[in-house]
Amino acid sequence: MHLIPSLLQAVVEPLPVSTGIFVVFSLLKLIVIFTIYMVGIAYSTFAERRISAWIQDRHGPNRVGPWGLFQVLADGVKNFMKEETYPGEANTVLFVLAPALAFVPAMITWAVIPFAAPWGSPWGRIDMVVADLPVGFLFTLAISSLGVYGLTLAGWASNNKYALLGGLRASAQMISYEIALGMATVCVLLVSGNAHLTEIIQQQSTSGWNVLILSVACFIFLVASFAETNRVPFDLPEAEAELIAGYHTEYSAMKFSMFPISEYANMITAGAMISTLFFGGWDIPFTHWDNIPPYTGLKVLATFGMFAAKVMFFMFFFIWIRWTLPRFRYDQLMSLGWKFMLPSALAYVTVVASTILGLDAAGIARGSWAYLGIMLALNLVLVVLMFFVLDRGRIISPASSRLNRRQVNQLKAVAPALSDLSGKGV
Amino acid sequence: MAIKVKVMDRPIEEVSYVRATLSGLALTFKHMVDPHKVTVQYPEERWDISPRWRGTHRMLTTEDGKAKCVACGLCPTVCPANCIKLVPGEDEEGNRYPLVFEIDEFRCIFCGYCQEVCPEEAIHVGRHYENAEYSRDQFVYDLERLTAQTHPVCEMWDPADPKGE
Repeated sequence: MHLIPSLLQAVVEPLPVSTGIFVVFSLLKLIVIFTIYMVGIAYSTFAERRISAWIQDRHGPNRVGPWGLFQVLADGVKNFMKEETYPGEANTVLFVLAPALAFVPAMITWAVIPFAAPWGSPWGRIDMVVADLPVGFLFTLAISSLGVYGLTLAGWASNNKYALLGGLRASAQMISYEIALGMATVCVLLVSGNAHLTEIIQQQSTSGWNVLILSVACFIFLVASFAETNRVPFDLPEAEAELIAGYHTEYSAMKFSMFPISEYANMITAGAMISTLFFGGWDIPFTHWDNIPPYTGLKVLATFGMFAAKVMFFMFFFIWIRWTLPRFRYDQLMSLGWKFMLPSALAYVTVVASTILGLDAAGIARGSWAYLGIMLALNLVLVVLMFFVLDRGRIISPASSRLNRRQVNQLKAVAPALSDLSGKGV
Repeated sequence: MAIKVKVMDRPIEEVSYVRATLSGLALTFKHMVDPHKVTVQYPEERWDISPRWRGTHRMLTTEDGKAKCVACGLCPTVCPANCIKLVPGEDEEGNRYPLVFEIDEFRCIFCGYCQEVCPEEAIHVGRHYENAEYSRDQFVYDLERLTAQTHPVCEMWDPADPKGE
């Protein structure tokens, strides 16, 4: 008779008050982050449409509500009201599961990204991150690679040749670029000496943003994250000119809408990762006001604003690139990934590791001005090398194989003879 | 005819991807911040349509409100799409008038021959493009509908004045 109350007591009583506070604030953070994230995704689709329109000298959706701001609601209602179709021979279970699989990993990554300075509340210090994992960095890599399942399964389960091709391309592309992405982030680990994202941000706030001392890694990470999020110029899995709509050809209504949603979710996550790893996360530059206690509510808001601004800048950058660059050919994509990104990432890791080793051996303290200056100079040299020496028809070739001067001369010598022959023959 | 072989012989120093991307980004950014947009905000702004625009028909009337048509039968004869239905009638004074005059705007190809051939300048193609209806049969315009239209009519091309001055 007294079993249930005593059991309850056994469960409830040992919990200290701090656990209750932890649970309450974790729930609050979850709700706030989830809401902001979902609204952010919705308005990214709107931003994409407006910015693409402006770039093309149009206005974009400006009818629904002030400046067209309610367009996303109209889109949502439309997508929910539409008829859903199922292809006849599709694998229904995987077909339904795939959109969710594409979306969920992008969302889970947000659990470990710190989005503001900690808050010194009356109930103790509250970290502004949902789950402050010590291996947060590895967690993001592990989770973000799961996103490929959604796309591949969508292509496979649709039982459609175009969808299958899109799914195959997605898997090949995402796996190829994940290697370069991982390699680029190894440098961050080398510099910070820690896989804890909060610590990585703290290190950047004291000794300068990683983008300055790891510029090449930042560039590689940025390009690879374009490939990871399947954005132009790497949107080969969709490639509407070749594959109709790629892996989501057979999808309709809200299940189709989940794929664009997951694309924007991935973009926001990628932007947040770049901000965290290379642009100091929530750190406000040129001031230490935000990095030292007391951590007031104002600091939380200011740093959150800073973080949001950084993420929004990268969202804008993703959109801006999309309406500037044409899509790569598939062989160009693969040769860029395997023949350029991966070797340069590997070489860069080697260079950074040996420089840090050398500086440590020379007794120059990490974070000192000498250390930063040497790293900065090294990166300047490498960036110049990369953009002005390596980038000569080698990063991306306009044709499948680039001709050198000798081959051009050979062709030119043959070309008149060829045209003479064809003139006589026909 | 000789075949021209196009040889890509840009010097390798000029072939760049990153720098070309940056200049492309600059171009798109310039267009993005440029306040000049080409879109016409349709319901508020209208496009000036050409004086020779050929849209849905209009039948002109005499001062006493009757259609100018004398049912001569030239327009159904000349019509290449066969969209004009005309049944002629005659009153006691021997004046011919149309008993039935219907134009199927779905069949019409808007060539404007009916206006060109009409000896009485009665039937005209109009300078008008907002033709939405709720059902298909409302696109068969009868005489009443044709005379009730008020939009401006097409100015036919005049060989003596090719630029319309």
